[in-house]
Amino acid sequence: MEEWWYRSASGARIALRRRQHSASCRELAVRCPRLRLRSLSAATSAAWLAAYGLFVLTENSMVLSAAIIITLVGLIIYLHFVKIDQESLLVIGSLGIQVTSSYASGKESTTFIEMSQVKDVVINEAIHMQKVIYYLCILLQDPGDPQGVSEVVPLFQSSKPRLDCLIEVYKSCQEILEQRKTAPQSS
Amino acid sequence: MVLKVFFPSCCASAESGILIGRWISEQNSAVILAVIHFPFIPVQVKQYLSEVQRVTKVSVSVLGSWSNSKREKEESLSEFLEDLGTIFSHEPWIQISKEGDSKFWSCSTLQKNSNNPKEEEIILVYYDQRKVMLSHLHPPLDTAASTDHKAEDASKLSAIFDTVAKSKILFMTDRYDDGPIKLTHWQSDGVEASIIVELMKQASVPACMLLTFLLSLVSGVCRSRKANIFVSLLIDVALGLLLISWLYRKNRIGHLADTLIPVADHVAEELQDLLQWLMGAPAGLKMNRALDQVLGRFFLYHIHLWISYIHLMSPFIEMILWYVGLSACLGLTVALCILSDIIALLTFHIYCFYVYGARLYCLKIYGLSSLWRLFRGKKWNVLRQRVDSCSYDLDQLFIGTLLFTILLFLLPTTALYYLVFTLLRLLVVIVQGLIHLLVDLIDSLPLYSVILRLCRSYRLADQPPVIWQCGTDIQAANLQLLPQGFLDIPLQEAVPWRAHLPLETQRREAGLKTAKELERLGQENRLNPNSFGPKASQSQRLLDPFN
Repeated sequence: MEEWWYRSASGARIALRRRQHSASCRELAVRCPRLRLRSLSAATSAAWLAAYGLFVLTENSMVLSAAIIITLVGLIIYLHFVKIDQESLLVIGSLGIQVTSSYASGKESTTFIEMSQVKDVVINEAIHMQKVIYYLCILLQDPGDPQGVSEVVPLFQSSKPRLDCLIEVYKSCQEILEQRKTAPQSS
Repeated sequence: MVLKVFFPSCCASAESGILIGRWISEQNSAVILAVIHFPFIPVQVKQYLSEVQRVTKVSVSVLGSWSNSKREKEESLSEFLEDLGTIFSHEPWIQISKEGDSKFWSCSTLQKNSNNPKEEEIILVYYDQRKVMLSHLHPPLDTAASTDHKAEDASKLSAIFDTVAKSKILFMTDRYDDGPIKLTHWQSDGVEASIIVELMKQASVPACMLLTFLLSLVSGVCRSRKANIFVSLLIDVALGLLLISWLYRKNRIGHLADTLIPVADHVAEELQDLLQWLMGAPAGLKMNRALDQVLGRFFLYHIHLWISYIHLMSPFIEMILWYVGLSACLGLTVALCILSDIIALLTFHIYCFYVYGARLYCLKIYGLSSLWRLFRGKKWNVLRQRVDSCSYDLDQLFIGTLLFTILLFLLPTTALYYLVFTLLRLLVVIVQGLIHLLVDLIDSLPLYSVILRLCRSYRLADQPPVIWQCGTDIQAANLQLLPQGFLDIPLQEAVPWRAHLPLETQRREAGLKTAKELERLGQENRLNPNSFGPKASQSQRLLDPFN
């Protein structure tokens, strides 16, 4: 298992971990930066200061309890639905590709794409806010048109690694995808 | 070419037998549906399979052999399994074996007509048979292509799903039925699990459904181990709130506080009586008067101090107890622990007495043993940690003997005090230990699993199947694949799934394992050096797959 450190598009440090289970199976995981204590405390303090200001204005103590509850619920929702801890890509030659996102609360959501539907894995450019970023995506085969692409599935959307990390991932995936071209009639 | 074998997770703990299922040659994959156990008559097996084939229209055949031996591999068994390949001719003949204590499996294929001399890679995929059977894999809804295209490009995995779904009749007979064929499949576990449900079915179906619905809410949040902790915590807090409501009604806590001081006084008085008894002639033993008086007065003074402190605290006890009792809302275990601490505080003087008595006794024994050695002319060598002989001077011997005599005759007194206070301390420790035991019991009772086990019928799903039934558009299956089911050229051992989990967890977890969990398992299983060792050890296995 190898681990390298890179930077994401926004400058945060991310870790790429590559694990080779066998010649035709690789797992690549990108670990996003953790939730920082200072950003959490900054958000919480801001929310509570605002609530205290409201309390001073309105003399209603319900504002304070409401602020506490909202902060807690908001934190839970953020950890469970928004904050992604790790995104991983599991490529199994002749079976398929599995994309897993694991959230900070432990929830994992996976998508599996069969190898017959995968046309190719490429690096694309996109304009995101005020930047141009690169992203890795899986091109799905159009069943009607062998040359066409029916869908583009972007990967590593929340960790947004930079080009050097993407090139590593791309090379690893291509090594496995090439095997299906060389192997005759592989399923 | 890669050979894919889909193995049902429920058969991982089955006894040895032959594998039956469907061989999909265009995908070079084998879907195993069940295991037929020994003994069987091959003709009957073939008849049974042809009947199943007729009814389900799925070409079920014998695909290979499965061996799960608790002891070391037996030569006869391995030869027998290979010979089976000649009876049920199937290309390729798949052999999967697992040794009882080892966590590693081995899978190999036998090719009769070896026109393909190159060893092929084998992928072993575990699947949860029940979930796969109950699910349908839908093609994407927007494919408006012609049926020809659809047939070609249809998802290859849908063939697997279809195979399992159509073979429902195969799952009707079981190894517990009396018949010529003894099968193991997902129903083999299920038949035993819901006995209680079957028994109480008429009366309690609504209650069970409600309970499992509530539990499914819990399980939606987390996995089974965390769900256990979660449910225990909930029950704990509920009991604590119940306790509070009982304590604070009719001001019971005030009464409790009021009785606390008299109880402490009573204990102190009893201790004083005990000491007076010790200072006299306890149980008819004659004590050394002077030492007795000294020790007795010393301890009596302590008790006097203690009573004074208690009386000093008495006005505040009620308020403190009132507020401390409120903390029981955090759970019954918290209240029990606080009770244990209060007991420890109230019996602090007993603890002090025990410490004094033990110290004195320890010193005395130490002195006695050292002087006894001097008496015999020996010495303890600290450097070598052993007893050496030593020649003492005359005055050393004289003083040593004198001291020895003094200590020896004072021994009964000290020993008696030590004994009495140790017993008292033991009493307190036992009470505290019981409380802690109760707390541990409440904490560690796996209520979630217990309730699930009791109430769960295998028809109720506590988690929605991996793929929803028709209506929702799912394009890609939510299968979570097993990266370590890989068998490389020539042969490699695969890390098996956890076959010893309770049935509920087996069923609850998604169809196939996630890569992350298997990574964790793989790290646990690294103890076996054969697993990811160099190719040399693996080539040994090539020669004799059953070793």
